[in-house]
Amino acid sequence: MKVTVTVNGDEVAADVPDRTLLVHFLRDVAGLTATNVGCDTSSCGACTVLLDGRSVKSCTVLAAQADERSVTTAEGLSDGSGELHQVQRAFRAEHGLQCGFCTPGMVMASVSLLAENPSPTEDEVRTALEGNLCRCTGYHNIVRAVLAAASERRPN
Amino acid sequence: MSILGTRVLRTEDPRLLTDGGTYVDDVRDPELGRAARVTFVRSPVAHALITGIDTSAAKKAAGVIAVLTAADMDDLPPPPPDSGLTGTEGLPFPLGGVWSEPLLAVDRVRFVGEPVAIVITDDRYQGEDAAELVSVDYDPLSVVVGFDRALADDSLLFPEAGTNVAVSTETPAEGTAFDACEVVVERTITNQRLAPVPMEGRAVAARWADEKLTVWASTQNAQIARFILAGAMGLDPAKIRVVAPDVGGGFGAKIGVDRDGLIVAWAAKHTGRAVRWSETRSENLLAMTHGRAQRQIIKIGGNRDGRILAYRLEILQDTGAFLRLGGFLPFLTSLMAAGPYDIAQVQTSYRVIVSNTAPINAYRGAGRPEATAAIERAIDLFAGEIGMDPGEVRRINLVPADKFPFTSPCGATYDTGDYIGALDKVLAGAGYDELRAEQAARRQRGDVRQLGIGLASYVEITAADADGGETARLVVHDDGTATVYTGSSAHGQGHHTAWAMLVEAELGIPMDKVTVIHGDTDLIPGGVGTYASRSLQLGGVAVQKAAVEVREQARALAAEMLEASEADLELDVDRGVWQVRGDPATTTTWAQVAAHAGEAGLAADVNYTDGKPTFPFGTHLAVTEVDTETGQARLIRHVTIDDAGTVLNPVLAEGQRHGGIAQGVAQALLEEMVYDEEGNPVTGTLVDYAIVTAAELPSFELLSSETPAAINPLGAKGIGEAGTIGATPAAQNSVIDAVSHLGVRHIDMPLTPARVWAAISEAREAR
Repeated sequence: MKVTVTVNGDEVAADVPDRTLLVHFLRDVAGLTATNVGCDTSSCGACTVLLDGRSVKSCTVLAAQADERSVTTAEGLSDGSGELHQVQRAFRAEHGLQCGFCTPGMVMASVSLLAENPSPTEDEVRTALEGNLCRCTGYHNIVRAVLAAASERRPN
Repeated sequence: MSILGTRVLRTEDPRLLTDGGTYVDDVRDPELGRAARVTFVRSPVAHALITGIDTSAAKKAAGVIAVLTAADMDDLPPPPPDSGLTGTEGLPFPLGGVWSEPLLAVDRVRFVGEPVAIVITDDRYQGEDAAELVSVDYDPLSVVVGFDRALADDSLLFPEAGTNVAVSTETPAEGTAFDACEVVVERTITNQRLAPVPMEGRAVAARWADEKLTVWASTQNAQIARFILAGAMGLDPAKIRVVAPDVGGGFGAKIGVDRDGLIVAWAAKHTGRAVRWSETRSENLLAMTHGRAQRQIIKIGGNRDGRILAYRLEILQDTGAFLRLGGFLPFLTSLMAAGPYDIAQVQTSYRVIVSNTAPINAYRGAGRPEATAAIERAIDLFAGEIGMDPGEVRRINLVPADKFPFTSPCGATYDTGDYIGALDKVLAGAGYDELRAEQAARRQRGDVRQLGIGLASYVEITAADADGGETARLVVHDDGTATVYTGSSAHGQGHHTAWAMLVEAELGIPMDKVTVIHGDTDLIPGGVGTYASRSLQLGGVAVQKAAVEVREQARALAAEMLEASEADLELDVDRGVWQVRGDPATTTTWAQVAAHAGEAGLAADVNYTDGKPTFPFGTHLAVTEVDTETGQARLIRHVTIDDAGTVLNPVLAEGQRHGGIAQGVAQALLEEMVYDEEGNPVTGTLVDYAIVTAAELPSFELLSSETPAAINPLGAKGIGEAGTIGATPAAQNSVIDAVSHLGVRHIDMPLTPARVWAAISEAREAR
């Protein structure tokens, strides 16, 4: 079937098998490989992207379900000025990534969290990121990064 | 001021945060442009004879290029001959002969998930469809799961071997030391089977062109992978290039390249098609190696004054269906069995059994967490028996600071340390007395939520294979930049940042002008890679030594250029320029010196070893809250000292500790790879296999301590595995401590609510 998705602001249209998952559409059709596949049970969140601004696990969404909708991936997070998005910046400043495989999904989930709850407590961050697995960091610095990004966003 | 020891942010991160890096499945090299997809057909049964394979239907399916079985593997060398080793003569490693592991299964399958055939298709979904159409006839055999079934030897995985016991040491005669003890405690405990679960599973892409095999592999060691490929494929190593691009975690499970990866590489050569494979998580949980899997019989004896006089550890190691490193792991457990304690008599023995489960291999700590878990449990059992505070028992028995180097009864020579200092700092930092007071108050009140305080003191061995050394090549270019080629291999640790820091510290070439390259055997033919927490103390020191060599070459060149004697030249590391002493106006830059070097170049090659392992140490303290009505345990604090010598970059070292602590706590409280009696994996997805999440952990409290290693110029020991070694027994001891006043003495890991609740109920009934 023909699917047209606006990915990071650009229209991507292709004829794909009906069963094509959004994550494979992004990786194989749009050629954007930041979004990773880490499991096959919707457990790990490595494939998290924003669909019309809300986080979804793109391994559990058909490309067809994203037809005529807008997707943001890690590649499209910064504003194009070359500067990192504030959540990306916080992940770097707080050493919130090691091997980097979970990172794009973790960052997108964090962006979504802060959009819904701009001033989360540590417990709220931990609960909100429960669906995103990381095997390297023990989450310690990921949580610090999200809290740091939140405090940076808050007007003084 | 030197950049070493400072909190430098990672150079790797901007790339990983924006385009997400380049893992094997992201590689879009033109050479892989039309790569076909490999899909494995895996055994659904644990133990059976293969009586027939029908690939005809699969071959007709849409998009299928080839369907291959063991019968097609007629272009490979024979498996290695019998090594003649039984495991008692030396270090047991993968045994050949009757114990050989095939690539695709030949006539027998030995675990669920074992590769039986592969399907090569144009795209990934076609592969899954076609794999379903491969029909394999299995004639079931009696399944061996668990130590008791294996030891019974009534069903054999390798009939020609005549036994399921692949490796064994002699059981030492019971010494007399226990006779002299006022108190002796004995217990059988389990160190359960775990799945490593790097977030990126196994992934391999391969291409055969112009008589050369190129393999992109998610590996911790490109050079070892090439060595293994050369042996398995019967190729000259010069005809193989292995590339390790970004690697999404390894934890020991990606050392070299395993059987499945070899099959993919062979398929590329056999078919002439570029192919790629990136496993699913279900495949990963079934068929990547697992770790731990020991049953331990511990016996500890001592006097009521707290002094321990004798300790004995008997190990049963389940190595799964094949012997990879499974024979080596209990050797390391035995070597480190005595822990950080000065105990007069320590005895160990081990037996390694095969079973119809996934093969066991290294997993973060690889034999040492098992040693620490055993003795730390034993110490607490002993302390409970004599009614002494477990911190006090540890303090009485820890090797004192004035006894280093200290050779343990197990034969390991602990280099440097301050074990008691680490314990005392952690107790003070955690507020131990206040915690005990809070625990007493809750017990007094009979609170539903009881407090547990768990300790673990440890010493571990890093760079256990220090003799292997590590390589570094450093080149300074005539534009003033530098390139480091390292034989070490990064998969999250931050080598690129650390190695660039070393170059800046020695040469004054700023980090942003230093490029670090790893994991390409065409560029770096010699190297060992990353495991056993060896990178900084071998690979890092190699980089530093290369920098020193380059500096001395440059000194001679600069002297020539500035018409001064070498003795009068100095390197201003802050400005990154050479100058004549006392005449800062007369300078030359790295770019100029490199240009002056001309074709000879300004470069150094180093293969460094200090020839000896190092022994990091520390203490972990875990505080848990246990709901005595539901059995739910929750970690609420975790305080540690992990002394790994001089720290190069605290940001990176802390990150290693954080990750290890989480994995250690996960083993204690959550994770277990479970098989049923028929050898079916019960925890074959991330829904069933309980990876720890952010919601189940607190932030960690890291205290610092740096006791330099004596044998390398950086003073560095390894930090990669400290977390799993210290945190696991601390968390386990903590939960048991929370319910010890109810009569509970031991609960096997993982300490799930069901197990904790059952232990409480049992103890109450016994009262």
